[in-house]
This record gives sequence, C-alpha cells and structure tokens, in this order.
Amino acid sequence: MHIEIDEISKQFGVTAALHPVSLSIPSGALVALLGPSGSGKTTLLRILGGLEFPTSGRVLFDGQDATGLTVQERRAGFVFQSYALFRHMTVFDNIAYGLNARPRASRPTKAEISRRVTKLLELIQLPEIGGRFPSQLSGGQRQRVALARALAIEPRMLLLDEPFGALDAKVRKELRQGLRDIHDETGLTTVFVTHDQEEAMELADLVVVMSMGRIEQVGKPQDIRARPATDFVRDFVTA
Amino acid sequence: MSDATLQKGTTTRFRSATEESPLARRALIGIAFIGLAILVFAPLIAVFAEALADGVSAALRSLANPDALDAIRLTLTIAAISVPLNAAFGIAAAWFITKFDFRGKAFLITLIDLPFSVSPVVAGLCIVLMFGTNSLIGGWLVAQGFPIVFAMPGIILATLFVTFPFVARELIPVMIEQGRAEEEAALTLGASGWRTFWTVTLPNIRWALLYGVLLCNARAMGEFGAVSVVSGKIRGQTATMPTTIEMLYQEYLSVAAFSLAAVLALLALVTLLLKTALEIRHADQLAATHRH
Repeated sequence: MHIEIDEISKQFGVTAALHPVSLSIPSGALVALLGPSGSGKTTLLRILGGLEFPTSGRVLFDGQDATGLTVQERRAGFVFQSYALFRHMTVFDNIAYGLNARPRASRPTKAEISRRVTKLLELIQLPEIGGRFPSQLSGGQRQRVALARALAIEPRMLLLDEPFGALDAKVRKELRQGLRDIHDETGLTTVFVTHDQEEAMELADLVVVMSMGRIEQVGKPQDIRARPATDFVRDFVTA
Repeated sequence: MSDATLQKGTTTRFRSATEESPLARRALIGIAFIGLAILVFAPLIAVFAEALADGVSAALRSLANPDALDAIRLTLTIAAISVPLNAAFGIAAAWFITKFDFRGKAFLITLIDLPFSVSPVVAGLCIVLMFGTNSLIGGWLVAQGFPIVFAMPGIILATLFVTFPFVARELIPVMIEQGRAEEEAALTLGASGWRTFWTVTLPNIRWALLYGVLLCNARAMGEFGAVSVVSGKIRGQTATMPTTIEMLYQEYLSVAAFSLAAVLALLALVTLLLKTALEIRHADQLAATHRH
C-alpha cells in the first residue's frame, strides 16, 4: 500500500511535536524514520497507525483520504517499543487476539485460527512456544511474537516503534535479518522508527532523517551517506 | 583492614550491606509482634470472650433477637449495594485518571482522597443538610414518598461516600505502572474499546481490584460515624450492625453487644481468609502477571 503524508503537523499543548511534514512512501518499501529522541519520529508513526491524530494535514492510503479512519479501521500491524504483549495470555492467545476480535461474521473458525497461528509461529521460527506466557520468553522471542501478532490481522502495512531497542547487539543483528526476510516475503509496506543510524542504513530501502519535528532528508542509504543535505544529517549519520 | 579484624572475619559470616545484626533483627520482630498482640489480637480475643461470657447459648439467643437479625440483614444489604457501585465508580475513576491526560488531574486525585480526610460524621451531616426534610431537595423527595435521611438511601449514600477511595486508590498505581501500551496494542489489532477493557484491562487489574473490593467491603460493613448520623438508628429499620452494637452497649447488654460485634469481626475475618485462599490458589498466576 502506498502511503502519502500531506502537510501533517502535531501540537501537544503549546509544543509542536511535528511541523508540517510531507512524505511519500512507495508501496512495498521498507522505510526507516531516523532521528534522535524528540525528533517527532514516533509521533509520525503513531499518526500513521491511528493512535494519534494530526493537528492539521492529511494521510492518504493508496490515494484515499485515511485521516479520519479509527485505529481499528487502519488495519496497521503495530509493533510497540516494549512489545506490549498481553501478559496474562499465552503466546498462542496473543497471536490469535486480532482474529478473535473480529466481528462474528468475518471471524475465522477456531480450527482456521489455530492453523494460522501455527503458521505464524513457524514464520517467526518459534513453532514450540505457543503455550508459554510472555514472562517466560527472552527479549528476542518477545519481539518476534509481537511481530507475529501484528501480522495475524493481515495488516495493510507494518509499523514498528524501535523494534530492536531493547535487545543486545547479537540478537539485534539476527532480528534485523528476520524483519528483512518477513518484509520481503509479505511485501508489506513497512515503516520502522530508530535512533540507530547504522540500523537504518543497513536495513531500510529508504531513510527519512528527522530532527526537531522536521524532515531533514529523505533518500536511499548510500545517497544520504554520500550527499547529506544539511549539517545535522552529516553529523548524525557519521556519528 | 587490620590483622585483628581479618582474624575475626575468618570465623564470622559476612553480612550484606542492608542486613541488620541478629540482635537488631530479633528486637524489631519482637516489637512488631508485641504491637500486633496489644493492638490487634488482644481486642479480638476480648470481643469473643465477652460474647461467650454467659455461654454459647446466651450469645446465640441474643443473636436470634429480631432487632439483631434485622441489623445483620441491613448491613449485608448495604454492603451488597454499595460495594459493586463503588467498584464500578472506582474502575471508572482509575481508568479516566490513568489512561487520559487532562487539566485538573491532580485536583481530581485529591478529590477522590477527600473521604479519607473528612470525618465521617461531617460527611453524614452534609447528607442530612442536603437531603433532610427541611432542605429543598429532601422536602420534595419526602413529599414524593422517597425519603433519603433516616432511611436506606441515606445509609447507602453515606456508605458510598466513606468507601469511595478504596477501589480507585488500589487501582491507580497499578494502572499507572502498566501503562497504556497493551490497550493500544489491542486497539491496533481491531478490538473495540469495550472488548479491550474486558479482555486486556480487567484481567491485568483483577488482583488490585479484588483487594480494593475486599477493603471497601470491610469498611462498608463496619462504617459507624456517617451512618449513625443519617440513619436515625431506628431499631428494626435503619439500625445497622455497628449502630446496634453501640446502642446495646449503652444499655449494658454486653453479651448481646459483643455477640453482634463478634459476628461483625467474623465477617471481616472471612473476607481476609477468602483473600488469602485466592492468593494461595493463584500464586503462580500472580507471579507471572505481576512482573515480566
């Protein structure tokens, strides 16, 4: 799905989290929103997911105005920074949650839900953990379960907030490849937020560098490295 | 370290920085135990001893008195009505305070605590002033055949006021610690707000909610000050267990007074036992859900 961000701004009280920003994300791209904390990258991601509403501007999905769509109507697979797994449910029930939440008419049968959850557990290469609780998983496993849970609703796009933030360096590298593989397999338009320039450059097709609520530069990783548009970008990507 | 202390160190175990010496530990435990015995166990035993002073049959006979039975029935009814209501109010207030940002939040939290700082007698007087026969609202309601003061609605209002903070106070810290991420996750997965509440929020707060409800229940059954002002203490009609106990005691009917007091204490003990039993039964779940 093609995402068009048209002059979006966001005010929290008197502080501007986002000055009007515009961005076009081609269908099927893997995009990184890169910037230091307070740059507005998470706010932009949450606006795409419908968890936050812009003060002004529009969001278009495949050319259709989606600004007023509720969070449920967006059908965005969202992976939260600390994963936000439902702690009182097993991994299986976590992944099945979105399917069980559908209205009766479009809800798959129990057998079908079970089949899909099993398939997703295979996709994240953790076929054996369906009966465990989130507290019994490692950080890397939790992240993959969160990804499977987001994919279960057959989302129109995948949005990830610092997906590798809470992991140690070795697991981080593995899961980067994991996300790349899942993206390539599903072909979903994927946007992830990160403050780690190396991660953005290695993983993304398109990097959006943000600072102080503004977009500084949009480009392919090698172009941003070769031709930083502003002093901020030069400092940030060479740091 | 000098040689002398080193030699000593080889025979004694090293203590961690936060550990007290064995003597201090025993003294602290002892003080806590004595305090507990004087303040909690002794009065409890005294109540049962006084109740059974003339034998078991005398105590049971005093409880079979219609006034005593009416008082027990009224107290249980009041608790059965006000506890669910305050559980609902408490959840709503805690939800509102922890899941939304708005101006005047600190003020609202203070307001929820108000019943803790206001004397129950004052609260009772306020209800009499608001809804008494001489007030505008109260006079009209009495004319409609629906009196508040010296009747059940007044007792319920007073109990609701006094027990309001218990559930909200238990829930607010738990809900703040848990944050909004799980609810947001449920919403992005397509769940409605209502479904999110039942399948995500409520299971996460159930233990805090249970504690709040038990505390609220204990206080609802035991409330004296506010209830005694608004109820008028009409025997067989508006006299609750605590007010009846006081009246019996004033009339030197000590066996009757202490028998009823023993029943009230037993009701509190039963709720405590219930809580402990639930904790033991769900110990593994508690451990799994409280912390990651």
